[in-house]
Amino acid sequence: MRDSFVARHPSVLIFLALLALFTLGVTVLAEGFGIGLISTSFVKTLGKTMCLCLIAVAMDLIWGYCGILSLGHFAFFGLGGYMIGMWLMYERTRLIVEGSLAQGALPPTEQEIVAAIGTQIFGVVGSSEFPLVWAFADSLALQLALVVLVPGLLALVFGWLAFRSRVTGVYLSILTQAMTLALALYLFQNDSGLRGNNGLSGLQNLPGVEAPQSVVSLWFFWASALALALGYLLAAWIVSGKFGSVIRGIRDNEARVRFLGYSVEIYKLAVFTLTACIAGIAGALYYPQAGIVNPAEIAPIASIYLAVWVAIGGRGRLYGAVIGAAFVSLVSSWFTGGQIPDLALGPLTIRWVDWWTIVLGLSFVLVTLFAPSGIGGLFDLWQGRRHPDRHGADLGPNAGALREKEATE
Amino acid sequence: MTQLKSSLATAALLAAFGAPAMAADCPIKVGVLHSLSGTMAISETTLKDTMLMLIEQQNAKGGLLGCELEAVVVDPASDWPLFAEKARELLTVHNVDVIFGNWTSVSRKSVLPVIEELNGLLFYPVQYEGEESSKNVFYTGAAPNQQAIPATDYFLEELGVEKFALLGTDYVYPRTTNNILESYLKQKGIAEADIFVNYTPFGHSDWSKIVADVVALGADGKKVGVISTINGDANIGFYKELAAAGVSADDIPVVAFSVGEEELSGLDTTNLVGHLAAWNYFQSADTEINAEFVKAWKARMGEDRVTNDPMEAHYIGFNMWVNAATAAGTTDVDAVRSAMYGQEFPNLTGGTAVMLPNHHLAKPVLIGEIQADGQFDIISQTSEVPGDAWTDFLPESAVLMSDWKDLGCGMYNTQTKTCVQTLSNY
Amino acid sequence: MTRLMIALTALFLLCTQAMAQDATVQSVLQAHRETIEKGSRKSIGAAIDAIAASGLPQAQDVLQVWAAKEMWQRGGDGLFFRGVEKTGRQVELFDFDSGQSVGMLDRDDLEQIKPNSGVRALIGTALVQFQLSDPDPIRRAEALDAIQRSPAAELLAPLRASIPAEPDPALKDRKMRVERLLTMAYDPDDQARITAIEDMSGDLGVDMRATLNPLLVTRIVLAEGLPATANIRREVKPGDPALGLAAAYDMLIAAGLAQPIPDAEARKALLIEHAADGLVAGIPLHQLDTQAARDAAYVQLAQAGLVPRWSTAEAPEVVVTRHRFVEVYNEPSAAVTEAAEQALDEIEMRVGLNQAFDLGLDALSLASIYFLAAIGLAITFGVMGVINMAHGEFIMMGAYTGYMVQQVIADHTLSILVAIPLAFAVTFAAGVAMERLVIRHLYNRPLETLLATFGISIAMQQLAKNIFGTQARPLTAPGWLDGAWVLNDVVSISYIRIAIFVLALIFLGLFLFIMRRTRLGLETRAVTQNPRMAASMGINPDRINMLTFGLGSGIAGIAGVAIGLFAKVTSELGSDYIVQSFMTVVVGGVGNIWGTLAGAAMIGTLQKGIEWLNPSNTLAAQTYMIIFIIIFIQFRPRGIIALRGRAAGD
Repeated sequence: MRDSFVARHPSVLIFLALLALFTLGVTVLAEGFGIGLISTSFVKTLGKTMCLCLIAVAMDLIWGYCGILSLGHFAFFGLGGYMIGMWLMYERTRLIVEGSLAQGALPPTEQEIVAAIGTQIFGVVGSSEFPLVWAFADSLALQLALVVLVPGLLALVFGWLAFRSRVTGVYLSILTQAMTLALALYLFQNDSGLRGNNGLSGLQNLPGVEAPQSVVSLWFFWASALALALGYLLAAWIVSGKFGSVIRGIRDNEARVRFLGYSVEIYKLAVFTLTACIAGIAGALYYPQAGIVNPAEIAPIASIYLAVWVAIGGRGRLYGAVIGAAFVSLVSSWFTGGQIPDLALGPLTIRWVDWWTIVLGLSFVLVTLFAPSGIGGLFDLWQGRRHPDRHGADLGPNAGALREKEATE
Repeated sequence: MTQLKSSLATAALLAAFGAPAMAADCPIKVGVLHSLSGTMAISETTLKDTMLMLIEQQNAKGGLLGCELEAVVVDPASDWPLFAEKARELLTVHNVDVIFGNWTSVSRKSVLPVIEELNGLLFYPVQYEGEESSKNVFYTGAAPNQQAIPATDYFLEELGVEKFALLGTDYVYPRTTNNILESYLKQKGIAEADIFVNYTPFGHSDWSKIVADVVALGADGKKVGVISTINGDANIGFYKELAAAGVSADDIPVVAFSVGEEELSGLDTTNLVGHLAAWNYFQSADTEINAEFVKAWKARMGEDRVTNDPMEAHYIGFNMWVNAATAAGTTDVDAVRSAMYGQEFPNLTGGTAVMLPNHHLAKPVLIGEIQADGQFDIISQTSEVPGDAWTDFLPESAVLMSDWKDLGCGMYNTQTKTCVQTLSNY
Repeated sequence: MTRLMIALTALFLLCTQAMAQDATVQSVLQAHRETIEKGSRKSIGAAIDAIAASGLPQAQDVLQVWAAKEMWQRGGDGLFFRGVEKTGRQVELFDFDSGQSVGMLDRDDLEQIKPNSGVRALIGTALVQFQLSDPDPIRRAEALDAIQRSPAAELLAPLRASIPAEPDPALKDRKMRVERLLTMAYDPDDQARITAIEDMSGDLGVDMRATLNPLLVTRIVLAEGLPATANIRREVKPGDPALGLAAAYDMLIAAGLAQPIPDAEARKALLIEHAADGLVAGIPLHQLDTQAARDAAYVQLAQAGLVPRWSTAEAPEVVVTRHRFVEVYNEPSAAVTEAAEQALDEIEMRVGLNQAFDLGLDALSLASIYFLAAIGLAITFGVMGVINMAHGEFIMMGAYTGYMVQQVIADHTLSILVAIPLAFAVTFAAGVAMERLVIRHLYNRPLETLLATFGISIAMQQLAKNIFGTQARPLTAPGWLDGAWVLNDVVSISYIRIAIFVLALIFLGLFLFIMRRTRLGLETRAVTQNPRMAASMGINPDRINMLTFGLGSGIAGIAGVAIGLFAKVTSELGSDYIVQSFMTVVVGGVGNIWGTLAGAAMIGTLQKGIEWLNPSNTLAAQTYMIIFIIIFIQFRPRGIIALRGRAAGD
């Protein structure tokens, strides 16, 4: 079974091999263990990019394969980050507080330690009490479980409500956007107990770990690579089986799949929840590398960018999503880094910091108009694979999509 | 403790590889870490331009330690995690000797762990909520006792305000500042029922209900005053609504901590004459060096541009850094930091700013009334107030003090006589 | 305090008149030179009173000049003058006593005296006696303002005296009203006060409540030792919201009726104090890492008599029940407080109703803003089924057009009149261009339209930043839209909001007219329902789509001008409204203008309602509103007014 799976999908093997090669290469060149050609900040950037690739894979699963354009997956990504961030903050502060209180005349009581941790964490936002949501923050195992459970549960509830009342298409997109906006606004409130706009910070310092950041960054880099590999494998396995056929069917014509006797809602809900969990894991790996997680991260615009990555990379193919996320986010940071010389066009000087967003926006329009299969489409060109010529208007991302005759009826 | 070791190890590592190269390095690199895009670009771009102007002026004077200064400008794009990434990039890839940057507190909190880990040097120019002290950061903006507390005193003493509306944008600076003020007002005998607090989102535009609420506060016969920590664009809608409701500064005065010349240039101020702002600097300050500074700025950026408080903070911070580096004979972070304590430099508003061992400045506090031309009329100027990292008006932080010079600790508990932590709390 | 001040002033007056009959204003000013230079409200009183009581004819003039920040001090001799600023940093000085010009001086040699608004208020109060009968009605109004800002007992007599001679009926009414208010607060005769309260019962003014409320200020005290004449409101049990247990216990401690109880922190400090050789009360210190262990150690110390007694039995909640606490009015007269309570009760009821009405107006105003922002979207999304994420940027474009027009045309009224059609033209053109270049190719692919228009949206936003900078730009409303329509002190709404409301109504009418009464509307409806059939009837669907899209965008542009007038003009203006606009259209029901109206009304009302429930946190209102909408959509997926035969999302 396993052999045949890989044999049927050589791209998975190629992808995993490239990923392994890349990971090895970065390790050798990095500051932590290797020869120091790649700076720690770039290792972190690469590690974060892999987390973004992972959520892009999830996005591709839900959008490219299941046809649900979710504009809210960064909510799950952020929640994952918050869950792991709570433990990281709590534990780091606990070590500091215990060290400090141990110098006192009396050994500290349990309550005193907790109160001091609360003051340290929430003093920044003018409070000192632990809110209820921090109930499990002292346990790594529970918080790790929550990384998957919280996004999963939110997706389950939201998805159940939405799919049950058959909200589809654009409506669903706007609804998911509303969800992420509501969550962001909620977290923005200091009353929500997650430090409001400040969010959770200092996450790059692992409690009790003495290794320098150059080493820690590599650990996270490896973990991200592993998570991406596993996530990719899982996604590839899902879309290759019967389940994959059904969800593709839902994308192309939901009503027909329903008439064939499949419970469309269950399938959609399963994919929605699964991708939310993957997004949560990606977030939990991303934010310790970024160092801070705050509500601005889950603003609606972030999720829209996610859709942009997947669209530019190429929907409906997993490697397309990975390429899109990696390419666009790296190019973005390159352009906004201020490293690219200004372009002088007669009286007008193009400063890339100012103009990059415009280039990105327009290139996105062009991709949507002229290259619906994105960068991934180049592989088809290279392999000489083409969609059958249907002599009609282009309707969907690929040949399985709605046909012209159906669409215009 | 373990973190200390790790940061020491990193520092040693840096010293081994970086330091010899640094001393010989020309030009001296100055990192500028201000958002040039995104929501904060509105405020921060001005500071980037200020830094470029200051560096240019210094180079015209012959540079520093015989070297040219070179600005390394990066754009963290109002994205808080990106601030940490860019700070690391500045310190490790570009090997800058000092960083001038940040505006929002959250961006500072994001950068702190990186700066401390890599032993960098950051000058932070904006008024902030305090409750923080880092060995590697010099806070050239106002701490609460240099802006919020004097302004509240002014309300209590000079305007006789008995009832307070604390309006703020919902983020850390207003939250903490209002928390300190609430505690302070209670100590001054203002009842809890006489303090109305409201938080609005960034960019809020629908103010009619809130303004009506504030007007209604006057119903029990006490004089009402508004302390506004409303940030950025939202002020425009707020002041427009105030003007429309006919709230005169004589009836309900508003003192703002985040409204400067820059923000006022976005609206018509004829109906707002008399409302107040508290800062350490106003463009209208009548001194010779200020006239020169304003002139240089306008010559560079255009006649319609204005100067503001964080610009003065950068002006003082940059010049202090230059003098400290000159005194130390190197740009090495630890040497410069030691040389910073006690550095003096003339304020643009007259008098002298002094760098204290708690990394804050002693600066005068100014209160200005808004005028019809969008400038402020300075009606009150105190003598220099030393900045206080830990406020005296919250019980938990009243016992804390910061002294990096002698105690070598930013969070020293004066009761137990112990250092709570040597890294900052982020 | 004030009486004392009056007495002192009178004394001072006598002295000055007796001793220095030929005193000049300058000499009075010089006598108080330091306090005037300092300009602090706390100390300035003496100086102001001295001038006011000097009996000199120039006194009023000096005070007015001072309050208007026109008083200057000469650097060399410290003399005060009235100054008039001339060009080139020159100031012409006038002597107060003679009124003659004494020449020009450079600003550098002068100090401008800038009284702060607290000092200005004191000057205003001092001026009352001069201004109440001033020939200039503006001055008389100022005097009334000053009385209302800082009412005082001694102002009652001059105010009453000035009423009969008041020629201006409006001012006379105001004077009488202020007189009633002062009577309530300060008249020595209780009956007069009660009459005044009854006279004005039911008045909605903030000043009325501001007069009544101080009469009803209470304090909570121990019942023991209270004089029999005290005006008691009620008995209070400790634990009542007005009297916490801790507060009650503190009162007992202050009265010497209870002992302070050391709290956990204090007990810990005492333990540390009594520790020696790592032991306290015979217990090793390292064992004291729970509260129970510490309590046990403390009890042992207490038994040894080393520390204050403390046990859980003598809890404060037990002790406080042994004493009575009462709430007492500061106002001694029971008849007055009773009348005031009654009047206030009645007023509060009416205020409540009016507040609800005011909230309704706010909600209506917010709804009209959302409606205006969404109406263009209702056309493009509702009628054409096209998702235009760049809709917000069309709003922004309209606002910037308004700003640009104001740069060229200085007159605000004229510039708005030009800006509205121009904004329509600009955004119409932009909309048509976008439809031709992008959207036309993406009909039938709604999700991709969404993404492509999003790309346009971020590009346009950044373009606006590059062109106009990131600073907010002023878009100023014409003067006649300044201010607010005030029904009473509770209900008011700004004219600009009324204007937006009217604009929203006009567009509703316009939309209905175009859709129902014009050829374009007919053709649009035909194309919406069945493009193929419409085409075979000779309608060009391409052209109709283009025009409809242009129309929707054009209306967004006009909405931009309106929103810019009431809020701000920044490049992020559009993105602030886009999600709300979508919500409005989706909640209301796609393809129906009445649905959009209903959606806007619902969202506006809801948001204001939640704000009213939770006034200290506006952010929460927005959060809960969105959550409500998400849930609402579950139950009415097609919105409030659903078109039959179209499933959501088709």
